[in-house]
This record gives sequence, C-alpha cells and structure tokens, in this order.
Amino acid sequence: MTKTKQTASPLTRRQVLKGGSALGLGAMALGLPPAWANPWGQTAAYPRGIESGPDISLAIRRETLDVAGKTARPISINDTSPGPLIRLKEGQDAVLRVTNLLEESTSIHWHGLILPPEMDGVPGVSFAGIAPGETFTYRFPVRQNGTYWYHSHSGLQEQLGHAGPLVIDAAEPEPFRYDREHVLLLTDWSFEDPATIFHNLKTGEGYYNFQERTVADFFADVQRHGFTDTAAQRAMWAEMRMSSRDIADVTGSTYTYLMNGQSPTQNWTALFKPGETQRLRVINGSAMSYFDVRIPGLTMTVVAADGQPIQPVPVEEFRIGVAETYDVLVTPEANTAYTLFAESMDRSGYASGTLAPRLGMTAPIPVRRQIADRGMEAMGSHEGMGMSGMSDMPDMDHGSRSPSSSTGMDHTEMSGMDHSNMQGMGHSPKEGMSGMAPDRADGMLPVGVAQPGSRLDRPGIGIDPDERRVLVYRDLKALRPWPDRRPPGRELELHLTGNMERYMWSFDGKKFSEVTGPIHFEKDERLRLILVNDTMMEHPIHLHGMWMELENGAGELIPRKHTLNVKPGERISALITADAEGSWAFHCHLLYHMDAGMFRVVKVA
Amino acid sequence: MNVRMIVTSLGTSAAMLAATVAQAEDGYDAPAEWPSPVVEHLRGSLLVDRLEYARPDEGDDALVWDFQAWYGGDVNRLYLKGEGENVQGDGEDAEFESLDLLYSRLIAPFWELQGGIGYQGGIATDDHLKRYFGVINLLGVVPYRLETDAGLRVSDDGDISASLESEYDLRITQRLYLQPRIEMSASADEVPEFGVGKGLNSIRTGLRLRYEFHRKFAPYIGGYWQKAYGDTADMARAEGESVEDTGIVAGIRMWY
Repeated sequence: MTKTKQTASPLTRRQVLKGGSALGLGAMALGLPPAWANPWGQTAAYPRGIESGPDISLAIRRETLDVAGKTARPISINDTSPGPLIRLKEGQDAVLRVTNLLEESTSIHWHGLILPPEMDGVPGVSFAGIAPGETFTYRFPVRQNGTYWYHSHSGLQEQLGHAGPLVIDAAEPEPFRYDREHVLLLTDWSFEDPATIFHNLKTGEGYYNFQERTVADFFADVQRHGFTDTAAQRAMWAEMRMSSRDIADVTGSTYTYLMNGQSPTQNWTALFKPGETQRLRVINGSAMSYFDVRIPGLTMTVVAADGQPIQPVPVEEFRIGVAETYDVLVTPEANTAYTLFAESMDRSGYASGTLAPRLGMTAPIPVRRQIADRGMEAMGSHEGMGMSGMSDMPDMDHGSRSPSSSTGMDHTEMSGMDHSNMQGMGHSPKEGMSGMAPDRADGMLPVGVAQPGSRLDRPGIGIDPDERRVLVYRDLKALRPWPDRRPPGRELELHLTGNMERYMWSFDGKKFSEVTGPIHFEKDERLRLILVNDTMMEHPIHLHGMWMELENGAGELIPRKHTLNVKPGERISALITADAEGSWAFHCHLLYHMDAGMFRVVKVA
Repeated sequence: MNVRMIVTSLGTSAAMLAATVAQAEDGYDAPAEWPSPVVEHLRGSLLVDRLEYARPDEGDDALVWDFQAWYGGDVNRLYLKGEGENVQGDGEDAEFESLDLLYSRLIAPFWELQGGIGYQGGIATDDHLKRYFGVINLLGVVPYRLETDAGLRVSDDGDISASLESEYDLRITQRLYLQPRIEMSASADEVPEFGVGKGLNSIRTGLRLRYEFHRKFAPYIGGYWQKAYGDTADMARAEGESVEDTGIVAGIRMWY
C-alpha cells in the first residue's frame, strides 16, 4: 500500500520545464474558453490550447473557473475545462505525460484508440491509476486517424469536466475534402456535486424528471384520444410501476448543456467563408446526455462515425449517443448565420452555438420539441393496447423491420417482460428467452445481417423520421470491408439489465461487484457479441481496445464503432476480432450507470 | 463512514485488502494493489414522510411524525422507522406509537422483507406504558404505484397484531402532489391496557396536498378521518374517548 507513495516521484526539473504551460505557469489560468473552441477552426491563427503531438504534457487540477457564466470548481486539464484539443498524427509514437495535481487519484482514457492494454487508462484494469502528485507517461503508437476524445476513468471525475477532444490527422489523404474544420464537443455540466447527483439517483426515483405525466395532461389526452385509450395507456405504465417519460435520468433541471465548454447564452461561434466546406467533428463528451444535432437550413453529410470513415450520408439531423463521435461536412453558401443545435433527447434542454461568416451574428433557436412518451417498443411489444391513443407520438416504432420480424417481436416482448418482472434480481433473463431464439438453419445468422429484434432503421425516441432526414444506424456503411473477413466462430449474448427503483444497472442481472470473473475472449478469435437491452432506457455500450463491427444489415460493409447505442427492448450484434491481448473495460458509457455496476472486464487470452 | 475516503486519503491496509479480495474474485489478474475499477459505496437516507401539526375536531391538537431512515447497499439495509405523536396540553411527553429497528433485504425488484425489533411507549419518560415487539414487514410498491408497508408484530407478552399502510402520489403538476393514504390495524389478542381489542382495531385515512418547492422539501396541508371498531371502540367509549374523528393537518415532507 505504500507502493504508490514510493513510486510517486517528484517532478523532475525537465518535466517542469516541458510542462511549463501545462502546469499553469502560462497565461492560461484566466478562465478563458478552451482554445480549440477557436472560431476560425484549426488554422494557425489561434493555436493556443491545442496540444500537438507526439510529445504532450497535461496537468490535471481542480480549480475555480467560470462555467456558463458562473463560478465553479471543475477539474481542468492544462487549465481549461473541458480540456485542450489533443492533436496527434497517424504513424506517430505518442508520448503523453499526465501529471495529477488533484488530491485524489486520476486517469485519462483515450476513448476509441487502439493501443496496448497498459496504456488504456482504466484504473484497476489497465494500471493502478495516477496517484496525487504523480506523473504517468502514456506511450503508444498511433495506428488510426479520425475524431476521438479522452476523459477520466476514475470515479465520477468526467462529470466535472475532466474530458476533451482528441483528433488524429490521417497519414494518407482522407476520402473527402474540406476547407476548414471545427470541433464541437458536447458536454453536460452541473453545479451540483456528482456524488450528490448519484445519491439523488440512488435514493429518489425520478429526482431530476420534471416532465412526468400529470393529471392535467391526462385530461388533455382524454380530449385528444378519448378516455379508453388514454386510461389504458396510463394504466399499463402504472401497473408496471414505471414512467413512460423516463427518457433521461439526469436532465436539464440540473444540467447546463455546453458546446465547446460554452452555454447557449455564451453562444460559441464557428466562422466560415460562404462556399467553403466545413468539417464539423462532433463529439458527445457528456456524462449522461444523448443529443439530437442539426443545423437548420443546412444539410449535413456524415462522413465518419466513431472516427472511422463511412460512405457519405446526407442528413438533416442525427442522434449522438454518449461517447459517440460523428464527422459531418456542411457547405453554407449564404452569407448568413446558422444555429448549431444539439437538443437533449428528453427535450429538457439544449446546447447550441452559431456557424456564421462574422462574429456577433446569430440565427434563431429552433422551436423546441416536447418530450416524447416511451411507446410499446420500449417493452418490445409492437401491438396491442392504445395504439390510436399514441398516434401523435413521433417516436413510435410501428413494428420491427428486421428480416424476421415475427420472431423478433416475440423475442423482444419476452425481454420486456423480463424487464418488468425480474430485472436486476440476478435471474438470468436468458431463461425466459429459451425457445424464443429465432430460427437459424446453421445456428447462426450470416455475417452482416441485422439481428431480429433490432431497430437499426429507426432513429429512436422523440424523433419523427418523416419530419426530416435523420441518420439511423442502418445508414452506416464502411468504405470497404474491414480486414478480418472471417465469419464468427461463436456467439456471446449479453443482456443489459437494471432495476430503476434502486438505480442498479448491470449485465445479465449482475452488477460488477457481483460477477465472479471476466468475460473471456480467445486471442485472435472472431466472435459475435449480441447485446439485448432488457431495460427501458438507451445504453451506449463501449468496448475498450477492440472495434465492434456493427451488424446493421450492410453485409461486407458493416461499420466499425467503439460505442454502440442499444435502444430499449432492442437486440443488436457486432463482430469482434479479439486481437488485443490483455484486460479491457467493457461498460455502459452513461457515467452513473457504469458507477452503479454496469461494467465488466473483458480478458483476451 | 465513506469507503472511498478511506481508500484515497488514508490508504489503510484494511481497505486495500477489501479491494484486493473483490478483485481476486473477479479473476482478471490485476495486481493486488490496484483499486477496483468500479467502487460501490454504502449510503444512507432519511425520509421524514410526515411531520405535521394535527387539529382534530374533538380532543387535543397533536404534533405527529412518521419517518424512516436507512443505511446500507442495494440489497441489504438497516432501517430505523418511527411513528409517534406528542399530544399538546395533556401534560405528558411525546410517545412512539412504533419505533422499529429492522434488517431489510431486497427480495424482488419492488419489495423489501424486513425483520427486527420494535418499541412502543414514551420517549425517555415513563408517561406512557411501553412494550416491545418482534416485527416482520413487507415494504414495497404494488402495481399502480401504491407504496405499501404491511407489518406483523408479536409483543413481549405474545400478543399478535397486524398493520397495513398504503399511500399513493397523484401528480397534479410537476411539483404539486395529492396523496391519499390509508392505515389499518388489527389484533389477534385483546390488550386492554393499550386500548386494543380483538379483530379490526381502526382505520385511518388521509388526504394531503403537497408542493415540492424542492424535491427534498415539500410543505403540505390535508385532512384525515379515523374510526375505531369492535372491542377497541367499546374500550374507547368506556374511557370517554371519541370513536370517530376528523381533523386537519399542516406539515412538511422532507428527505436527505
């Protein structure tokens, strides 16, 4: 136990010199916005706050800074919170020296990077963590390019702003061109202590939800849909002791949603010249919030997902789950301002900024949408009661469009029942599933085919796909097949489980503290990971160290991702090449879900 | 006691050992001195469901309370639950109708089974008769979101009684709640010194309207109706007490 103290070497003089600005000796301690929030994009005009590789020093401290116009105590990285843009180049050997000036242990995980397991930055899995006063040097070869991010993997530090964007410039020309680029890091900031938020979630159900169903809107619904449908729908949710408005655990009632560290009022502005193509690197670095991103008046062409290039998809809106990244191209032709609008999935707030030809210009904030109600799809059932009563709900998924929809529906219906009856109680939901598996001649679906019970062609709750063109997972197609073309040698099925009442979250009904061993991947095996969401909430599932090739029906051209959003009641699968020997974290990227136990270790050996 | 504080600030060998054991069980070959990637903490909570001033139509005003506190994890918890009153102007000190110390275990997603000891009597005075109980409770939420607490108690004299409490929160707006509640008690034995007859003893219903200025602080107003039945009612009549009563209340609901 004294070992950490022994290894906690004082900073050498060289490190201090090298990390001079990192340690706040420069002009950064003025509460200035992060420099990568530079309005002119990544040009030489305003390079301050960008840490360019291969050799970078980062200092982590807790300090008083301005957040959303108020005094706060975030965790800063080189004196900005969120942290600076880390810019590496494909082919480099990166050296990142992280100095912990906090009073507690810390860490940085490089989200989405393929690197040696001891450099992955997860305390207890990759290394011991970085003790107070200690400097840990991360060294790894940069073998990929694209838009990623980094964040603390220690406790709830990420909620305090211990996160930042990470961009890796490609060694070869990318398959698209642009004139200027901007990073859009979306985060959710609270002036409450993260431990308090967690306590409130643990002890008071629906603590942050101020958009629940009420008696008042019951009468409004009766007028609109008639008494029978309204009453039936309410009764169904009440019988399950759940809320159809349970879209986000932590909401705008405590969060201020930030774009590049700035609130909507502060209005971060990205500048463009009309006719130029802008590359927007959108990163959801929030702790708990899904966002729906759009720029009214502009079509966005999605060219990369989770840092990996995809065939271009023109959309007017996309949903970005926690920890995902999307790169989009826009070409504003007019000499006018556009609103960069990221509305939280539960509609309790938004982050926004402006894309404008000159500073000081603004465009209107779009009309805010109302919170949607969870429909039948959350329970996995697509038929039955109160359908007409929900005809105005844009989120309704009117049936699975998967290849084998009838089995898929049966299956998910079953999972919904598991959810309401025995979630989180250590019962294996698989027991309830036996006999419900879809018919498969050879025991396994062909490579690239979407699972029955998936809804990869649906954007999810609260989005009306008829209103505008919205990105769905089905749209993601790789430019060319990924290197490993082997079919999976086996399938591994994991259920996402939870007990909302106690705020217990788990895999297969077991919290991390309750499992007896890691999930084993055989070194170099090719396997299919099936994720079945038995809960009524979305979960962004993140595997460290290896890509997950999402079987979205694109056949050979399935996309690869580091974080997969699994919708309520949904069943999806991904192919994995287990080429990364070692222990890796695997978890839900909703921070408080992870901390509540939705975490496993994957061991590749 | 906060486990994280111990681990991070003191780094005691005991806490390290605990972390080591947890990790060894997980078996992914992490060195013993590494912390667990996800640390669970025990926590506690106190809910003062009712702290109210009651004014009955007949009889004396009373200060009434109903609280429950717990400490523990997700499944196993220790509860302290108390209900009582201080009748104003009767010259006697406050009294616990019940004060229970219970071990509680989550047995189903919405249900806790609780068992322990209970106390009825004065608070540190001998103004009131006292007795002790063995208590078994089922606490949880039935479908349609009725919060329910059903209890069975056996006194130190072997008298058996049962109680059922249920309440429901009707959400009028995001902060305004109407809460109907009902309490019933019954006894298998006659216990004259506590005014308890055999069979159904009493039913008490209430309706409270509260406004959540803050989730953790909500004042309310309301009313109640209560009635004694059977032998219990006869005993009350013999004592010159009222058998049926209505009243109004004003109070605060709060939790931490």
